[in-house]
Amino acid sequence: MKNQAAAALSALADPTRRQLFERLRAGPRAVGELARASPVSRPAVSQHLAVLKAAGLVRDKASGTRRVYEIDPKGLGEIRAWIDDMWESALRAFAADVESEGNPEPADESSKIA
Amino acid sequence: MTLIHPAPVRKSVVVKATAERSFATFTSGIGRWWPRSKSIGSAPQADVVLEPHVGGRWYERGTDGSECEWGKVLQWQAPSRVVLAWQIGSDWKFDPTLVTEVEITFTALSASETRVEIEHRHLERLGPHAARIREAFDSDNGWTGVLKELSGFLRG
Repeated sequence: MKNQAAAALSALADPTRRQLFERLRAGPRAVGELARASPVSRPAVSQHLAVLKAAGLVRDKASGTRRVYEIDPKGLGEIRAWIDDMWESALRAFAADVESEGNPEPADESSKIA
Repeated sequence: MTLIHPAPVRKSVVVKATAERSFATFTSGIGRWWPRSKSIGSAPQADVVLEPHVGGRWYERGTDGSECEWGKVLQWQAPSRVVLAWQIGSDWKFDPTLVTEVEITFTALSASETRVEIEHRHLERLGPHAARIREAFDSDNGWTGVLKELSGFLRG
């Protein structure tokens, strides 16, 4: 086997793909619609969408003559979006708590009252 | 052949607190600040518990007293780093054979400021997609390098 066999590509490491994925979190979009709002060409957008699909993040379906992409609810898309949102709100809540007056000092074992 | 997987979820924040306080708040204090809306259990969330040692349980408790496992502590290096196993599958259920990793690092920037970074990785192990990866591995086509990288997943 060649080394490239082991190449693992991060579907969301690319900023354009990340942007497309974020747009689909708002709801299904046709390829043309996504391409118009993107700085890259329509064929490039299609390629990026294919990578997202191969990673199990989005799925596509025909709608008349259009191809519509959406977050794959049975795939990784939905849970990744949920996890992303979870850590976003968790970190915000953590920051508010750790900086608040009411936050107790870390437990000091030596001074603990039995 | 190329294996495509989603990038890890990464978040970071700088807080006005020491690394010690940040670490203690994030771990033992997790039940105090964890957003109640971020819940897996069937009952409304009353508490989130992270047992402060390697192998410790990470779970939420519902208002009805029921407990819902989230995962466990994989590594514990107070006050700089903790690695947790998040073991909730794409069906929103605890799966003891599934391990995705959450690494939280605490870096002191000054006497009173700490950067807290979260990386939730190995998301490719989640959901139906993982089954497809497993099929690819089981075929005779090789993928030796990938197999090595994800051998933990297969052992699971």
